[in-house]
Amino acid sequence: MESRPRSFYVLCAFFVLFLLFLYGPTFTIAILSFQGPQGGLTFPMRGASLHWFFDLFQQQAVGDIWGSFRRSFVLGLMVMITTVVVSVMGGLAFRKRFAGNGVLFYLVITALVIPSILVSLGVGLIFSQAGLPIHWASSGFGSQLTWTLPFGLLIMFAVFNRFDKSFEEAARDQGASNWQALQHVVLPIIAPSLIGVALFGFTLSYDEFARTLLTAGSYNTLPLEIYGMTTNVTTPVIFALGTLTTAFSLVIIGVFLLTVWSMNKRRAKQGSDAGKGMV
Amino acid sequence: MRAGETNRHLTGWLLASPLTLVLIFFLVLPIAMIVIVSFWQATEFSIIPAFSWENYDFLFGSPVTYRVFGNTIKYALIVWVFTLAIGFTVAYFLAFHVRTQTWQIALFLLCTIPFWTSNIIRMISWIPFLGRNGLANSALISAGIVDEPVEWLLYSDFSVILAFVHLYTLFMVVPIFNTMMRIDKSLIEAAYDGGASGFQTLTNVIIPLCKPGIMIGTIFVVTLVMGDFVTVRFMSGSQSANVGRLIQNDIALLQYPSASATAVVLLITVLMVIGILLRFVDIRKEL
Repeated sequence: MESRPRSFYVLCAFFVLFLLFLYGPTFTIAILSFQGPQGGLTFPMRGASLHWFFDLFQQQAVGDIWGSFRRSFVLGLMVMITTVVVSVMGGLAFRKRFAGNGVLFYLVITALVIPSILVSLGVGLIFSQAGLPIHWASSGFGSQLTWTLPFGLLIMFAVFNRFDKSFEEAARDQGASNWQALQHVVLPIIAPSLIGVALFGFTLSYDEFARTLLTAGSYNTLPLEIYGMTTNVTTPVIFALGTLTTAFSLVIIGVFLLTVWSMNKRRAKQGSDAGKGMV
Repeated sequence: MRAGETNRHLTGWLLASPLTLVLIFFLVLPIAMIVIVSFWQATEFSIIPAFSWENYDFLFGSPVTYRVFGNTIKYALIVWVFTLAIGFTVAYFLAFHVRTQTWQIALFLLCTIPFWTSNIIRMISWIPFLGRNGLANSALISAGIVDEPVEWLLYSDFSVILAFVHLYTLFMVVPIFNTMMRIDKSLIEAAYDGGASGFQTLTNVIIPLCKPGIMIGTIFVVTLVMGDFVTVRFMSGSQSANVGRLIQNDIALLQYPSASATAVVLLITVLMVIGILLRFVDIRKEL
């Protein structure tokens, strides 16, 4: 192997600094969440304890954390499933040009770039003027979809741009119907990417804040609860909560990545059986 | 043939109908509602459906509006410069200096994982760093650079921009890395064979070919910063304002018509910026 140029080491150092910048603060609050009972929001550590984590489990201390976690989790699953189904259908639709597909595409881009507070304000206004109850599972759910669907759809575009149509055509040549070709050929091939769409759907919903602010109603989701805490909680309990929910996000990301990895691995192991039918 | 045509459009719309319905109910109608309400009037307790230019008159007549819009554009520009410089360098390292694909994927994932965690937590994480008794100040004092804690580290424009760069550099890294990976390596070898230096190859070959990725990253960063209201509130300790904060303040005071008028002007500004940027890139081709 040829030796590395000097620019490699400079860029490598830059990259390491970037990672430190990216992860440093998160690690810091992870350490600080183990502050002793007398400790404050900054260093030095006054002993080490699980005091602030126990604090989270006491209802009165910090509001309804577990209720909001449960709501965020359920909402995340709802948004995830809807995002996967709607994005796949949308991705399939955009494979062929249809009247008005340009307009629809620009609507998707608008949903992506529109300042979140407009969605929050507009959906809130519509629901209140129409006399509909504002609830995280109705107005909140819809508002979050305007954020997750564009990501899901863009991923589907990327997937279908790289999709080899000859597999599908081969299935059709063998007499498969449109539905059979979709079910037995297209969907299995794009399955790992769907896991990616699901990951976006769940995590973006689980952490979504701005679009849920005016559309969640009287029951907060977890990010809203945390946002509320930032104004009136001045103890490391907020770091403990931050550390727990980041750890939860990391576990979720890990599960998704492992699933994709094992799917790809299984696929590589089984490989193609082309030519094996010959006797 | 004609029947096939109709069939194609019909299938397209059937498949796209869930997407269309969601966008109509939670995007188009809300925007329409905001535009309508921006012409309404408000008292302290309720909003009154009536047509009036009052909100816009007030908005354009107030010097605060211009200052706040100026501030918003200032944040967007500064954050854009930093995220582009950092994002490009990181993507360049990953695409051209990391040699095996496994390492590329691993390091790329490492850069994107924070995107899937909570923004609010990531903002809070800066407090122990930047606070009066935070790590940065202790380090500066023990190194003898300053005698007293530096006050402008937290709750200032500095911390707002730092947080923006921290949150949004990913949005530059991902699309730029994506376009870099599609650059045909033989083009770069051709440049070297033709006698170009490393720097000339960068400016004459790589940067022009990365333009679509840079544009997509720019669209993300600029719109996220212009539409933000949480980061500015939290990191400036409510001392700085941008348009999002202006809207949020009106909402807190239940002044929905005036919030809506500001929102309409913000939306038009953002869409104009995006309209200009989209002239340089065809997003559907670049994915």
